[in-house]
Amino acid sequence: MVIYGVSLLSICMLVGVFLGDLLGKLVGVKANVGGVGIAMLMLVLLVDYLSKKNKLNIKSQEGLSFWSSMYIPIVVAMASQQNVVAAVKGGPVALLAGVGATVVCAALVPVVSRIGQAKQEFINEVEEA
Amino acid sequence: MLDMLLSIFKSNGLVTAFAVIGIVMYISYQISGKLTKGRIHGSAIAIIFGLILAYLGGITTGGEKGLADVSFFSGIGLMGGGMLRDFAIVATAFGASFDEVKRAGVSGVVALFLGVVISFLVGVLIALSFGYTDAVSLTTIGAGAVTYIVGPVTGAAVGASSDVVALSIAAGLVKSILVMIGTPFVARYIGLDNPRTALVFGGLMGTTSGVAGGLAATDPKLVPYGAVTATFYTGLGCLLCPSLLFLATRSLFG
Repeated sequence: MVIYGVSLLSICMLVGVFLGDLLGKLVGVKANVGGVGIAMLMLVLLVDYLSKKNKLNIKSQEGLSFWSSMYIPIVVAMASQQNVVAAVKGGPVALLAGVGATVVCAALVPVVSRIGQAKQEFINEVEEA
Repeated sequence: MLDMLLSIFKSNGLVTAFAVIGIVMYISYQISGKLTKGRIHGSAIAIIFGLILAYLGGITTGGEKGLADVSFFSGIGLMGGGMLRDFAIVATAFGASFDEVKRAGVSGVVALFLGVVISFLVGVLIALSFGYTDAVSLTTIGAGAVTYIVGPVTGAAVGASSDVVALSIAAGLVKSILVMIGTPFVARYIGLDNPRTALVFGGLMGTTSGVAGGLAATDPKLVPYGAVTATFYTGLGCLLCPSLLFLATRSLFG
């Protein structure tokens, strides 16, 4: 049933958010630390496990793929409730700080992914040799 | 007549939001296909539309939640709010490969730490160049350049004044909006076309809404990889900024 997929997704999210809050408390910050990320990893592993055991039929998967495909419209709804006025009104300090951080970090994307990759290739070469 | 219609919209908020967002998506994909011949992704146009609507909503109502503050569009607040956003992000993990995450895990963690520290540094430098010299203001504005949540959390922890906190939120918002709009345009230049780079991208940029929107407009297949690291970013920022990074700033600027 479709609801099985939706329910699986909900349980993953609730458990993930709970663990994220717990992790936040543990390290003493007033924020959820990676709750959604933990939920995602849980879902990936569970879906993998269940489909190998043939416990996740097409109907149940539809419950997951529906919400996954609602993602972009939800992001558009999210964009339309951002505090754009405050961002524009923040003046040059806010503008430059935001733009600067974004540009510098974006420029680092290829650098950081190369570092990891070089190591990976090295490991592969070692393993092959 | 109009009153009746508006009250129907108001009492069926979420359904109205589905209808409105669907129409926005349709118009955006038409523009994408016909005017740009698919060069600019439909969802990128839809997100820009959303931001314009948010601006219009903000100036007409004076509120903080863009279009969602207009009473008969209040359902948009539910549809695009934290709960359904996180729900849909988790759902994108359906179809993601755990092996990809594992393989790029180390670079994802490196990206997370670098992303927080470098954003903070850039924020502090900009604040310095505008004449802020006290450690509290510098730290708060630096934290704002991390994300618009880390800014006020840090500001509250170190005791910043409310105008500096507002500034830090604005800096975070600028970053989030810029990532949403800019990602599809820079994707080609930073090699953002595979799970590993998406993971690193999520870690370096960190703003969940920015990464979520930016990757959606670039290639929806990359969303889960970027999101999985980005969701750790705000927590890490809230951990590092009021503690380690504040102490470092204070030892430098007193």
